[in-house]
Amino acid sequence: MQSLLILIPLALIIVAIAVAIFLWAVKSGQYDDLDTEARRILFDEQKPQAEKQKNKAKNKVKNDGE
Amino acid sequence: MSVAQLIHEGGLDGYYRFRDEAGNKPDEAQHDFHAYDLPEVQAQFVSEEGEGIKTARLSVQGIHCAACAWLIEQFLEKHPAVKSVRVNASNRSCILRWDSQQSRLSDLMAQVQRIGYKPQPEQQQQRQAQQRKETHLAMMRLGVAGIGMMQVGMVAVALYAGGIQGIDDYWQVFLRWVSLVIATPVVLFSARPFFHNAFRALKMGRLNMDVPVSLAISLAYGASAWATFTRSGEVYFDSVSMFTFFLLLGRFLEMRARNSSSFASENLQQLLPLSASRIHKNEKQAVPLAALKAGDRVWVASGETIPADGKLCSAFARVDESLLTGESKPQRKNAGDSLAAGTQVTDQALEMLVEATGSSTKLSAIENLVRQAGLEKPRQAALADRIAAHFVAAVLTVSVITGICWWFIDAEKAFWVVLSVLVVTCPCALSLATPAALTAGVNRARALGILITGPQAMEVLHKIDTVAFDKTGTLTEGKIHIQSLIFAEPEHSFNESEQEHLLDIIAALEKPSSHPIAAAFAQREQTVLSESTEVIAGQGVKGIVGGVEYRFGKPDFAVPGRRLDCPVKPAMWQLLARKEGDEYLALVWLGLNDNLRADALNSVDTLRSSRYSIALLSGDRASVVSEIASQLALPDALAELQPEQKLQWLQAQQQQGHKVLMVGDGINDVPVLSAADVSMAMGEATQLAQSKADSILLNGRLSTIPLLIELAHRVQRIVRQNLAWALLYNLLALPAAAMGLLPPYLAAIGMSFSSLLVVLNATRL
Repeated sequence: MQSLLILIPLALIIVAIAVAIFLWAVKSGQYDDLDTEARRILFDEQKPQAEKQKNKAKNKVKNDGE
Repeated sequence: MSVAQLIHEGGLDGYYRFRDEAGNKPDEAQHDFHAYDLPEVQAQFVSEEGEGIKTARLSVQGIHCAACAWLIEQFLEKHPAVKSVRVNASNRSCILRWDSQQSRLSDLMAQVQRIGYKPQPEQQQQRQAQQRKETHLAMMRLGVAGIGMMQVGMVAVALYAGGIQGIDDYWQVFLRWVSLVIATPVVLFSARPFFHNAFRALKMGRLNMDVPVSLAISLAYGASAWATFTRSGEVYFDSVSMFTFFLLLGRFLEMRARNSSSFASENLQQLLPLSASRIHKNEKQAVPLAALKAGDRVWVASGETIPADGKLCSAFARVDESLLTGESKPQRKNAGDSLAAGTQVTDQALEMLVEATGSSTKLSAIENLVRQAGLEKPRQAALADRIAAHFVAAVLTVSVITGICWWFIDAEKAFWVVLSVLVVTCPCALSLATPAALTAGVNRARALGILITGPQAMEVLHKIDTVAFDKTGTLTEGKIHIQSLIFAEPEHSFNESEQEHLLDIIAALEKPSSHPIAAAFAQREQTVLSESTEVIAGQGVKGIVGGVEYRFGKPDFAVPGRRLDCPVKPAMWQLLARKEGDEYLALVWLGLNDNLRADALNSVDTLRSSRYSIALLSGDRASVVSEIASQLALPDALAELQPEQKLQWLQAQQQQGHKVLMVGDGINDVPVLSAADVSMAMGEATQLAQSKADSILLNGRLSTIPLLIELAHRVQRIVRQNLAWALLYNLLALPAAAMGLLPPYLAAIGMSFSSLLVVLNATRL
């Protein structure tokens, strides 16, 4: 039972961290749009975009190489 | 190319699977975005990161659901110059990062327009930033309260279990301290708006729902803290956190339902072009609108918007002034006549001398009218607020009486009993009753095809007894159609192929004209060609088709020198004539009209049979209006009304105690829309009309209006049921608490249960 004396304060610290992360997430605008984000997962990603990202990655590699 | 084709070719068919409702049809008038490329104009909404990468903040009209946001993102991502694009469906904003060396902003905006949305720079950033900050704060308070509630609840389980089985004092004290630590930020941070509101109400000598809420929270917290310090009595930290969370949740839902649109940032100035072409030493140069001064000479191309008030320098021009007057036919102006900012040049470019700009224009006068009307709009006290005032007074009285009684029975317990009275009567369900029903109602309306944007539209709609319609674009389609065709010689037998041939000839003649009449023929495929076509402004068109000269237009133009009587049927009659020798031979009469919407008659009848009185307010000519009114069997039809006359009519109705729903679409309806008890703009309405209306009829079907009113009645019924239940629960729980019978955990369970019931009831809508 005595372990609670450590575990509960530890839990409080974790809660504090969770709250801090939540506040950061709100402030950085992640909760601004509750409608679109909820559905984004349902939309299929398009091929052209995937290629574009690949190209971006390639360019990045090239740039890094230079 | 059609929008559907574009979407399909882009491989974006998924849009159709995910959209909530049919989207807007794109405007036929395509905007020209070139002015947004001027650096002076871009300074307001574009920031540069270097290397030509720029970020623009746009607000996009026409987004209604997540699928729209997805479609725009996917469509723009394909553009090689676009680096990233993020669309927010809640506030209809779009953040676009693009490479300005590869593409101009105007091209990208035109792309967005091609798939049917209307992009424009995000304006009034300050106010939006303010609103964003408020939403963030509300969310943070809600989150902290939620996390706090769960943590305290966990500890509370241990405490209650200890209360039943027995617990060492040592552990009880420790767990109480833990609860205190977690509940403190909930009370000090999350519950702050309640304290703030209660304080403000008390300072003004009023009672609101926040007064007992604040009292309950602060007393319960204070007493629990005291109990923790002194190791005596009971702790209520769990109840405190739970109230705070549920109350905040109710407020948050309500705020979301009420802020469901960000159209509010519209204003009349957005109707004006961003740039004008000033004539300087016989040369045209594009200057930002702000740089225009009285005395400048300005060139306005056909189809463009006049940027400032002034006088016409060209010989004559035709100007569409429906913005100011509601008159559907373009007005003829001669040199020296005055022109108003915001009106549109129709078929011929003109030169004008600027006399007034900015806030001294006629347009600004309308804006003032709008602002004034908005201020005078009857305010509606929400049902919950009215109940709250009585309820709060009752709760406070009962608490005091209970306190006095217990003081004589058992002075030690008095404080705790008073506290449990306050806790148990916490108006959680009461404060959730309205927002839960409103949110459900607003969502339901959206499924019907109506976007509710006004804060109180849902609550006021069920009290409506009068429905007023605008004519052009509301009851009618706002486009000129061929209504009837009558051969000039009555004995002429009807012949379809001949009729088609004649229509083809007219279409060929009207081809070069940009008069609204020509639009009625624009859909026809071209089968014949007209040579040396001439447009005679205000009269008609003439040209040679197949070697024969034809004239189409006003009767005395088509057949000069003879007086011909138009057919009796009311319409805008135009005559087609053919030249034979020196004479002109009248061939066929065309009756042009602005058609009634298909479901106008049906909707008006439905409304009438539900005993609503219906009025028609129009700025158009009396002859046209009375024709429409007789088709709809409307006795109350007013024609040739200026915007302020419409407003006067409305205010007279309101003084007689009527509640009016105004349905309109044009700029000239904006003042009356702002003043009506509830207002509705058509989906194709100008952005300004939409921004000042409480609701937008997205699907353009008038038959949805009776459905919406019916829905509003149902919402009101649910609100009443919810309030009745909440009051009943409180009335049942109050005596139990006052007699000191209700332990805190039972009060907490009862409160959650009643709140849950209220929310579930609302989902029945």
